[in-house]
Amino acid sequence: MDLTTILAAGVASGTVLLFAAVGEIFAERAGVINLGVEGMMLIGAVVAFGTAVATGNPWLGLVLGTMAGGLLSVLHAVITISFQAEQVVSGLALTFLGTGLARVLGEDLSKAGAIALLPTLTIPGLEAVPGVGPIFFTDQSILVYVGYAVVPIAWYWINRTRPGLHLRAVGESPTAADTLGVDVYRLRYAYVIVGGLFAGLAGATITLAISPGWFGDLTVNGQGWIAIAIVIFAQWGVGRAALGAYAYAAIGRLLIDIQGPQELFGIPNPFYVNHTLTFFLGMVPYILIILVLVAVSGEAIRKRIGAPAALGIHYVRGERGH
Amino acid sequence: MTTSAPARQPEGERVRLARTIRLERRLEVPRWLPVATTIGAIVVALVISGIILWFAGGDPIAIFVHILRSSFGSLGVISDTLVTATPLILTGLACALAFRMRLWNIGAEGQFLMGAWGASAVILIPLVPAGTPSIITIPLMMVAGMLAGALYGAIPGILKAYRDVNEIIVTLMLNYIAAGWIAYWVFGPWSEAGFQLTAQFPKSAWLPRLSDFASSVPAFGGLTVHFGLIFGIVAAVVVRFLLFRSGRGYEIRLIGDSPRAARYAGINVARNTVIVFAMSGALAGLAGMSEVAGVVHRLQLVISPGYGFTAIIVAYIAKLHPYGVIIAAIAFGALILAGREIQPSGIPSMIQGIILFCLIASEVVLRYRVRIERRAA
Repeated sequence: MDLTTILAAGVASGTVLLFAAVGEIFAERAGVINLGVEGMMLIGAVVAFGTAVATGNPWLGLVLGTMAGGLLSVLHAVITISFQAEQVVSGLALTFLGTGLARVLGEDLSKAGAIALLPTLTIPGLEAVPGVGPIFFTDQSILVYVGYAVVPIAWYWINRTRPGLHLRAVGESPTAADTLGVDVYRLRYAYVIVGGLFAGLAGATITLAISPGWFGDLTVNGQGWIAIAIVIFAQWGVGRAALGAYAYAAIGRLLIDIQGPQELFGIPNPFYVNHTLTFFLGMVPYILIILVLVAVSGEAIRKRIGAPAALGIHYVRGERGH
Repeated sequence: MTTSAPARQPEGERVRLARTIRLERRLEVPRWLPVATTIGAIVVALVISGIILWFAGGDPIAIFVHILRSSFGSLGVISDTLVTATPLILTGLACALAFRMRLWNIGAEGQFLMGAWGASAVILIPLVPAGTPSIITIPLMMVAGMLAGALYGAIPGILKAYRDVNEIIVTLMLNYIAAGWIAYWVFGPWSEAGFQLTAQFPKSAWLPRLSDFASSVPAFGGLTVHFGLIFGIVAAVVVRFLLFRSGRGYEIRLIGDSPRAARYAGINVARNTVIVFAMSGALAGLAGMSEVAGVVHRLQLVISPGYGFTAIIVAYIAKLHPYGVIIAAIAFGALILAGREIQPSGIPSMIQGIILFCLIASEVVLRYRVRIERRAA
């Protein structure tokens, strides 16, 4: 159990959650909840892995996996934006569909052997910075560095650019945005698809970089739902989402590593002695998420912040109630 | 009120089109239309699934025929279909009840598991001495299962009602926690010789099966349908009465249709949230009890192939109507039962997703009238 290892692993697998959460932030900032993240990640994961197995080229896998996530999200966009169906149910349907389709596509992939992975990088100079270097800049997948870049870019796009202003307007007050000539439907379509692309990228990140291989729906194993929880924790902010993603993944790694040593702090390790107790360790991340959401909702009420005002509400031009 | 179709081209391009599709909001929905669109949506979904299966190299007709034959082909498999439908009826009712109030209880799976645990605890802790007759054991297991499910369901209800915490995330997280809880008990204190299952319950804790009466009615021989099906049917009647004939049901439906109107009418939304979540959890918990007492006769790591998730689709197909839930549950019971033998194993889940998609897409027909208008180009 070594703190640097745990934090470095947290940054690596947190990148998956980071991509998925940033994608969901884009969609929700535009006013559309997409609960299909889990399904889109699975599709991204299976297409990326399958492509890498078939062609031996992980980069092609990355591109196709990302696009597969985006393609699936088009369904959600059509059904919720054009057909104005309930966003919650459509998202659930997307998860069912994505999970089933991924399992059908991945039927023979669980037997596939090792594949060429995306390269890992160590940044000369930065790696030597005490504390930070070994965690963030040593032997991390190239996608982890992409994650570092995505956070400030997404933040800048949403908060400091004109298209970002339109994005926020569409999510907060579509009527006002429409009045000013912003095409509400087109922007919502665009950002739902951006969310899908990010979810596909997140799935591809799992199978091509972080924990390669295809294990059916256990490949993603609920991380899509965790990403949605992180979006709420982050109060729809990109920076805080990154923090949440890294921290959650690091805690997950800590809970695994804690089971190893025979002694903890000089006393016999209860999880080593009685292995069935580790099932309680397995519950900790989920309990933590619930507790964090309770705390955050208190914070949101106090500070009067919260979800985009038009989140989950259909926009129909000329109808009241927006 | 008329509205132009959303996500159309900008105004200028539309004028150039000779025809325009317009969506007009319906003021009244004909009675036959919801049934027709549901059936239409399912047919479309099966066609789409068939096309995907064909592209995946399968023979869609053969697969559908196989599903039908291995779920309705003989009295024996019809009975097995009903056994699979039983937990779906109860969890489907759990979802339908909560969805009526627009409470997104995605946690029927976890509540099901806790119900199974609660019912098992009666036998395994044990709460009743050995040799207690069925007439006492079974009702106690029912109460324990429903209570465990209700308490587990009340958690997201309370958090939603009083802290405004998103119930979708909480119920999903509770599903994982319940799975861990079951794993702890079946691997740990209740493990049978180190296997991931508990000792078999005594016969007094088994729900009667049709085959138990084969000595007097020979035709019942080998039929696995158990008393849990009666629970499901009675529960459907009770939920229907509750929703459409009681004051509480009126409040639930009013909150679901218009929370603001309900609040103005002085209805306590928070209290109803907790009550509905607890009732929903109790129904799912009863499903868990019925499964351990009627089918597996013990607690084990895997007792549900995702009943609590399929229940969401069952409730939706039934348009959140209790009697419709029974029919939809039997159809999906057939799909799950037949799906056990279908390869690749993801096919049933994929078909479920496509059906749900087509259903919600079809609802646009209920809300809007599609008009094709000719215009001067």
